[in-house]
This record gives sequence, C-alpha cells and structure tokens, in this order.
Amino acid sequence: MKAYIKSSSSINPCGVFSSGELPAQIPFSYGDYLKCIEPDYKNYISPTMIRRMGRVVKMGVTAAIQCLKDAGVEQPAAIITGTGLGCIEDTENFLGQIIKNKEQFLPPTSFIQSTHNTIAGQIALLLACNAYNFTYVHRNLSFEHALLDALMKLEEEPGNGILLGGIDEITPASFTIMKRLGLYRKQNEEAGFSDGAVAGEGASFFYLSSDASGAQAAICDVAMLHKLTKKEDFRDFITGFLQRNNLKTDDVSLLLSGINSDKRYAESYECVHENYFSGIPIIPYKMYCGEYFTSSAFATWLAASVIKGQQMPLIPDTIKRQDFKAKHALIYNYFLDDHALILVSEC
Amino acid sequence: MVNKVYVAGLGIISAIGRKPQECLDNIINLNHGVKPALFLNTIHKDSIPVAGVPYSNEQLRAMLPLDASRLYSRTSLLGMIAALDALTGSGIDTSVFRCGLVSATSVGGMDLTEEFYDTFYDDHTHGDIRMTSRHDCGDSTAIIADLCRSTHLISTISTACSSSANAIMYASRLISNGYADCMLAGGTDALTRFTLNGFNTLMILDKNHCKPFDAGRNGLNLGEGAAYIMLVSEKVLRESGIRLHAQVKGFANANDAYHQTASSPEGKGAFLAMQGAINMAGLKPQEISYINVHGTGTQNNDLSEGVAMKRIFGENPPPFSSTKPFTGHTLGAAGAIEAVLSVLAISKGIVYPNLNFSEPIPEIGISPETTFRQGLEIKNVLSNSFGFGGNNSTLIFSAV
Repeated sequence: MKAYIKSSSSINPCGVFSSGELPAQIPFSYGDYLKCIEPDYKNYISPTMIRRMGRVVKMGVTAAIQCLKDAGVEQPAAIITGTGLGCIEDTENFLGQIIKNKEQFLPPTSFIQSTHNTIAGQIALLLACNAYNFTYVHRNLSFEHALLDALMKLEEEPGNGILLGGIDEITPASFTIMKRLGLYRKQNEEAGFSDGAVAGEGASFFYLSSDASGAQAAICDVAMLHKLTKKEDFRDFITGFLQRNNLKTDDVSLLLSGINSDKRYAESYECVHENYFSGIPIIPYKMYCGEYFTSSAFATWLAASVIKGQQMPLIPDTIKRQDFKAKHALIYNYFLDDHALILVSEC
Repeated sequence: MVNKVYVAGLGIISAIGRKPQECLDNIINLNHGVKPALFLNTIHKDSIPVAGVPYSNEQLRAMLPLDASRLYSRTSLLGMIAALDALTGSGIDTSVFRCGLVSATSVGGMDLTEEFYDTFYDDHTHGDIRMTSRHDCGDSTAIIADLCRSTHLISTISTACSSSANAIMYASRLISNGYADCMLAGGTDALTRFTLNGFNTLMILDKNHCKPFDAGRNGLNLGEGAAYIMLVSEKVLRESGIRLHAQVKGFANANDAYHQTASSPEGKGAFLAMQGAINMAGLKPQEISYINVHGTGTQNNDLSEGVAMKRIFGENPPPFSSTKPFTGHTLGAAGAIEAVLSVLAISKGIVYPNLNFSEPIPEIGISPETTFRQGLEIKNVLSNSFGFGGNNSTLIFSAV
C-alpha cells in the first residue's frame, strides 16, 4: 500500500518549510553543529503551552501543525512519530537538577517533558485528538519504523489519514558526548571528510493518505537492515528492495544519500554509490540537515519536494540538470549498525 | 486482524521472581516485592519503598553468556534475561523464520547515564564516556537482539507506561500483516534516580505499600524488571509443532488528550482503548473473564480507569485486580510483565489478588478480587497499560 503525501513540512538548519518548498542555500551556522532555524512559535502555539515546552517539542508540534494546515485537516486518524534521542534538553535539565539539589525539592516540569512520547502527546493534546499515538525510538531506524507502522495502518484502515513525523534535537552537552564518543566532530574544524560526522537536527512531518488526489508524491516502501555481516546481504538488500517495487537500479532517478562527513562512513557510502548508482544524480542530503537519528525524515521531505516541483535544490557540481526528471527518488541511510531504504515516487 | 497471532514463549524477571513459576509461587503466598531499595544509590532509600529485582548487576551478568569486558546497562541485563527465556522457552528455531524483536523502555540505559552525569555535570571533559553509549532506548534492544539472534525487524518503542503493551501490539501487527513470522515482544526498565525522583516530584509515590482501587490509595510504588513474549504466526505454529500459551485476540491504543501526566476524569482514553480492543477481538464485554488493570494506586489513575471500566462493563465488571502491589509499577516493562501474568492467568485458570484493598473508591463503588484463585475457566483476559502523554493501551489475550 502506497502512502500518498498530501502535505509535508520541515524545520531544519535551512529554515522552516511547507509542502513542496526547497532549501535555497546550504545551511550555515557559526556553532559546532548545524542548528535549526526556528519559526516564531507564537504564531503556532499559545504562550501558556510554549512556556512549558522544550525546544524539540516546540519544533515537532509546529511542524505538525503546519503540515495539517497545509493538508486542510483538523484531526488525523493516527499520530506516529520517530525520535532517536527524544527530549534531550529536558532530560539534561532534570539530571542536572537532581545533582545540584541533591535529589530534594525538584521542580517536575523537566521530568514531565522528558518522556520520548512528549512530542506526539503534545500534538494530540493541542488537537484534542484521541487517535492512535505511537513513538518509535530505535536509533537510525526510528523514522523508518514510524513509517512502516503508517504503511500498515493505511493497509488496515484505508481512507484514514495519518500524521507521521521524525524529530530529533541536539544540545551542547549531547554534542559534546557524541564528539567524545567519536561519532560527531565540530562542523567548522576542517572541511572535507575526517573522523566524526557534522551533526544536525530537525523536525519533518507528513500527512499521509491512501488517496492519491492532490498528493505531492508517494512513499512506496521502506526496508531496514541491521548489522551487515556479508557483502551479498547488502546486494540482496538493495536489489531485493528495488525488485519488489518493480524497479532496477537504472530506474532510480535520484539517490538521496546519507553520506556524512565522517571518512569512515564515506568509504562505505562511496562503494554503494559506485557499485549501484553510478551515473545517477546524488544528493548528499546531510549537507543540509547534518547527522542525526531521524535525518531520513528530512530526506523524505526533501525527496517529496523535489518530485513535486521537478526541481533540484542548490547542489554544487554533482548533478546534471538538463533533462532531469524525478520519477523515483531512493533514500539510502546508514549510521551505526543500521541501514535503511525509503522509496519516494511520483504519484 | 489479517492473520492470527499466538503466544509461544514467556520470559519474566521482576521483584517477585526470576521466572514465571517463581512469580506465581510468590503471588500464591502473597509475597510482594515492595521494600527499601537494595541497589539504587539514592537519599530516598529508606523513605520510599520500591519493587527492585533482588539481584545485583554482577549477579545478573552471571546469568548470561556475556563478554566480560563489555559494559551493559542494568536495563539491558534485565531485558536479555527475560528475552532469552521467552526465546528458549518457545522451542522455535528462529534461524528458519523471519524473526525479529520489538522492545520497549522508558529510560533505557539511564542507570549508567546518571552515574556518568555525576562527574560530567561539573566538567564536560570528565566522566567515563563509555557509560553514555548505553543511554539511548535502542541500545538495550540492539543488545537483546544480538543475544537472541533476532535479525529480521528490530525496533524500540517508548510511550512511557504503555510502552511494552505497544511493543506487543506493533509486533503482533507485523506478524498479522505478513512482515514477520515470529517476534519477541516486551520491555525492560531498571530503577533509576531519574525516575524515582521524577515520580517523587509529581507527588504520586506512596511512601507505604500501594493500595490500588482502594478509597485510601496514596500513590504508586516504582518497580523494575523485564518481560518478553514470543509471538508467532499460524505458519510457524504449523511448521514447528510448538506448544501455545494463548492467542493475541485484540488490542487498541488511544490518546486521552487531556493532560501530559494526569488522566481525564471520565477516562476517555482508557474507555476508547478498552472498547477498541474488545471490538477488535469480536467479543462482548461479558465475555472477558478477568481484567488485569493498570491500577497504579494513584488517586487519578484508578478513578479514571474505574469510570471507564464501568462505562463498558456496567455496575458489575468481570473479576479484576492490579498486580502492581506485587511487582511495583515497572514503567516501560509494565505492559509486558502484566501480559505474561495475563497469559499465565489463561493457561492456569488464575485470577490474581489485589493486595491492600479494603474499601472501594466511593465514586465508582467497584471492588477488585482479593484472593488468589486457580483452576477457573479463564478464556479472555484484558490487560490495561496507561502512560504519560495520554497514551492508553489495552491488550486482550484468549485461550486457544
């Protein structure tokens, strides 16, 4: 069952975007990592609610509201989100309070807001939506599982619309930790590939339906692979995925690759590009959003926008633009032990 | 459901037992697990009782075939023990099927993270950084998947106290819709200063033993533990000739959409979850033999849940009880621990006692079961798990 994207929205380091819009420039940030350009939340959420919400909740809720507004929908039949690390800022705040106050007289707000399903829960609260509400928290596959759940829901209950989102935030402390773990590096330290990825964050939402009318693109399929042990498994993974969607690698119009600036990952990615997708335009999408667990939600938003407008975002060199026709966009993302594929096609 | 889903294996580790039978033996003897914390390093050690698993991390490690040099969070140790039991207990050769894992947790490896933070807080260059690599919710899942050799679809769900009920729901749907043949599903959570202090700030912890559904209830007791069930399709059943415990007959998730932590007075989310599950199961309310309520013992939950129950079941609901006075409220593991108890209720014809009950909540006037009974005809069990963020889930298990 295909999921037709009726509308989409994204808050990311390039800005705040509705359905079909494209980043006009490579993001720039003075800090150690790519940080979202945030909207004026007062335009979306009441001041009383804003006061209590952590940053990641504000981003997620706003992107969700914008997405539903674009779709002209008040209540989705399900709210499904993916987040790799959840509400880090509130978690850090509460941990800090526990230490500082030696477990006494702690204010409850940060604890209350720290549960991973706070974003999905606050969306439901704002909309007074009693529908199915799930949050997936499996690292690099958090958004993919949310998407698989949504695809199953559309099979189980066609005719119902689903709000799907992928959200993650980054904080100075969590960046420091990931850097010390060797996973991230400072974005302005050196250009090109070295040890550690340039980090980012974002919130991207979609309103999905089994009805194609007026849709910008279709999410056709998703596949995941954990812990690759044999090269043959990977070949089966990619070709098997395309085959079950009646495609060959040649049919892929565009690859949105999760290649990041970590040279250890770059090697693997470049193998994949060469062996399967040579000659196909490639968007290294993490140059827009940075590395984070739900970056594939950003990639899905970007793919849908490219397909809707049949236009590429600003990318230097790598893509030929004349006679470019975006029919099938394949997203390939790999981080830690998890690989994922998402197919986004024309309706 | 498109295709039927069955329960073929159980695994549990909790304050009242290392395996299903040990848990049952303690319940029969009314031995609960709520007492001063044994291993948690907290100033509240002597003032707030908890239901801790009575094994240190070293003792838990000794129960598993682990790499001695690797660091494991307590959450993942508990999870590995229970998941491995469910797997081996099922007797299935998972290498010939598409077998995966859906695990749930509310705070993952926070037991290590909070220790790291003690040092990191004052100086970000300090602290053993390896301790943070176990933090995220997906870590314990990946570790359990490795141990159980689950390779097909691996996922983690975190929706506060309904997490592992939701894990069982997602895993069931993956099988029912043909995406997997067998799935380990459940959850794990270890006691942490983070959650103990968190619940304490909300003032919903009972400083004594909790009294679910009692007029004088005062709050909940936190617990820890893990539980997993092996879910299988009919195809696996046919090809493996395994013994079945129960069938997953129905389930539903709904959102209360009332408040981030409190439940609506009319229990709307609870009502929708229970009704949805009963409809999906194709049952009438009077066909439910026993209800394992969420029953945390808080003023708010029990009233809200009770109101919703009466709306569906009328003035005389089926026998019901909360098992949380035995196991404590195990957060991300609660749904799965109670699922295991629900399945045992079916296979052994049990109705569990609700400890510490003396007077019904005046606004609802319904009373839980207070004695342990066995050998009854228990055909359909309904189990509730309700979490922060208005996340309400109900599972229904039925006899095969």
